[in-house]
Amino acid sequence: MEWFNDFWSTYSTLVFSVGVHALLALSIWLTLSCGLLSLANAAFMGVGAYVSALLTLHLEWSFGSVLLAGGIAPTLVALIIGAPVLRLSGVYLAMATLAFGEVVRITVLNLEITGGPEGLNGIPLATEGWHIALILAVAVYGLARLRRSKVGRAFEAIKEDEVAARLMGINVDRYKLLAFSLGAFIAGVAGALNAHFTFFISPREYGFENAVDILTMAVLGGTSSLIGPMLGSSILTLLPELLRSLQDFRSLVNGAVLVLVVLFLPKGLWESRRIRAFFKRLKGGQA
Amino acid sequence: MNAPQQPNLLSIRNVGKHFGGLHVLQDVSFEVPAGSIYGLIGPNGAGKTTVFNLITGLLTPSAGQIDFQGQTLIGLEPHRITHQGIARTFQNIRIFKEMDLLENVMVGMHDHLNYGGFGIFLNSPACRAAEKKARERALELLSWVGLDHKADMLADNLSYGDQRKLEFARALATEPKLLLLDEPVAGMNPSEKTILMEEINNIRNRGYGVFMIEHDMRFVMGLCDRIAVLNFGRIIAEGTPDEVRNNPDVIEAYLGKEDE
Repeated sequence: MEWFNDFWSTYSTLVFSVGVHALLALSIWLTLSCGLLSLANAAFMGVGAYVSALLTLHLEWSFGSVLLAGGIAPTLVALIIGAPVLRLSGVYLAMATLAFGEVVRITVLNLEITGGPEGLNGIPLATEGWHIALILAVAVYGLARLRRSKVGRAFEAIKEDEVAARLMGINVDRYKLLAFSLGAFIAGVAGALNAHFTFFISPREYGFENAVDILTMAVLGGTSSLIGPMLGSSILTLLPELLRSLQDFRSLVNGAVLVLVVLFLPKGLWESRRIRAFFKRLKGGQA
Repeated sequence: MNAPQQPNLLSIRNVGKHFGGLHVLQDVSFEVPAGSIYGLIGPNGAGKTTVFNLITGLLTPSAGQIDFQGQTLIGLEPHRITHQGIARTFQNIRIFKEMDLLENVMVGMHDHLNYGGFGIFLNSPACRAAEKKARERALELLSWVGLDHKADMLADNLSYGDQRKLEFARALATEPKLLLLDEPVAGMNPSEKTILMEEINNIRNRGYGVFMIEHDMRFVMGLCDRIAVLNFGRIIAEGTPDEVRNNPDVIEAYLGKEDE
């Protein structure tokens, strides 16, 4: 138990980050599975983080209700901006959602209550390991169920051919809004969890770079299944730590790994079909 | 206005469509009776697919009325029109290539699976039962077009003819009363055409109305109960295959005018 305590005191924040990043990667996986290239998830995370932190600091709500509020607040925002923004597709949607992210960041930067550029300090440490594990488990389970239902099939159909999906009786606009706002909910909860173990949040953490990071996690891992985003987020969170000994070359190697993966595994590290085929061959070889 | 026992499934009255100054359809009227196979033919660019796009709500007519079972379709969104009981296939096949055949057909059943979000999350018995029933029905529909043994194959790996059949099964999955087929035999060889002809006949005999656009004259003449001929956006003839075949305007549109 001794070594575990040592390990935990050093690395608990890192483990927490892996969990939070996994939630974020899953949130963008959800919108991607509906064919939406939305980069608003960092901003939704920020809304969740700020709303929950402010509720804790000023109104002293319980942690459970703070987490829920952290999810609901960005969901409401998503429902409001979704109607106009989701008329766009492809890179235009990416641009519009990035712009939305900037609006959120700059708003937070200039408001009194959010602490402006200095951010919020002294947020009580309320997040525990099992909170993250439980929420991650519920999210994975829920998304797995969703995927195998008519909703998951509708998302996939919309992603592949919107017109054909419409003519199959699918209310495309409504399902896009569902994917978008459900993604916002997950990102918001992740933000709330994050705010309650980092002690401090600032607008810098929810900007353009983070939006791209979240997308990279999902794409690196592969978006054909739920395993991909979780794998991608774990790697992107742990890799910089593992490469710590390389010091100055760290980000160089980090970048090189990304380039290699994109070049040689364009569908991501975990591509269900390829992996299934691999195991089939392995079995076939033994028989 | 509407007679209570209206025998016509679909009625198109004085429909026009223009894109700016380009008049694609003008004063198009015809009626598709229930329980029959109706054909729409005409030279390339006559506006046939536009008629389908107007019926399915992808386009809105500039003039005229489109009624289905006595109720107007104008102003309804495409998914609402599907809900009313109209399904279609596409000239350039639009199946979901990254899904397997069973999933493709199950997408068509979307409207008929009415379990809610909690049912999905909790994997409720009602949800499981509905999914199981949908799966069985999808397999049945695939067997109608002879694809049930390929149910878990990726749709992208199907041959061209099989992709058309899959689109067929998927359209039937929406439980339509009227099936719109946009050039169902395009790119098929004669033996495939003969098989498909039988299948379309079977579908009619199961009680579906069929309305098809087709270039292949032998196919249309052999299969359809009635035919409308569209040329330069206008209906130039309408009637039984024999009537249409002997209509001088139709012969002129297809073969040109005889020199004096």
